[in-house]
Amino acid sequence: MGDQLIFTYIIDGDDFTRAGEASSSVKNKLKMLGVNSEAIRKTAIAMYEGEINMVIHADGGTITVTISDTDITMVLADKGPGIPDIGKAMQEGFSTAREEVRSLGFGAGMGLPNMKRFTDEMQIDTVVGQGTTITMKVNL
Amino acid sequence: MKLKTISELPECRLLVEGSPDREISKVFCCDLLSIAMSRIPGGSVWVTVMGNKNTLAVATLMDVPCIVLAEGISPDQGMISKAEEEGIAIYTTELPVFDIALKIHEAGIS
Repeated sequence: MGDQLIFTYIIDGDDFTRAGEASSSVKNKLKMLGVNSEAIRKTAIAMYEGEINMVIHADGGTITVTISDTDITMVLADKGPGIPDIGKAMQEGFSTAREEVRSLGFGAGMGLPNMKRFTDEMQIDTVVGQGTTITMKVNL
Repeated sequence: MKLKTISELPECRLLVEGSPDREISKVFCCDLLSIAMSRIPGGSVWVTVMGNKNTLAVATLMDVPCIVLAEGISPDQGMISKAEEEGIAIYTTELPVFDIALKIHEAGIS
């Protein structure tokens, strides 16, 4: 295993309009590193959905992105309400987002399914009342 | 066709110029950001009624060079300044989504 690059982002829970800045920054870094465009696309989609989820549901959190020779790993950690029923949350169309969020074009219940679809591995560790950590990996 | 062809359509009003010489390959219509994000091909013109900064964030992430806001929707100020920063074109039109998408398609996207 060669060198790893690690980036950490703090996601602001108050500002919905700034969501996407961390994903955008990661995308630009991957481009500069010459990562293939399909892996960049998958990472950008999965991380943006995760970022939006953290703002909608968890009052923000932190995202750590590790880039190695073999994969891109994203760890999204929040101290939000946790996910009581992961099976339900993974169903397309199931959403607990507020109306205000829906009017912005989100809350269609596709966030978690998109995150799973566009990554090669995804693990959800969640405790109700304490928070959620989602680890996603895109292979290179 | 080039992006600037859209500025020749009388129904479209230019708000942010973006990169006028960029090649456009497709017209894509969708308002739901999760679907748009996962399906929109890079280099598309994106026709939508969502005029907020999140639309712009998705366009930036997906290499979309142009957003056309249909049904007379105006973008919020945050969207405009971010579009200027990112070099993404924004047009607005009174036409419905389908009508403007068809016109752009007929203007030269095969």
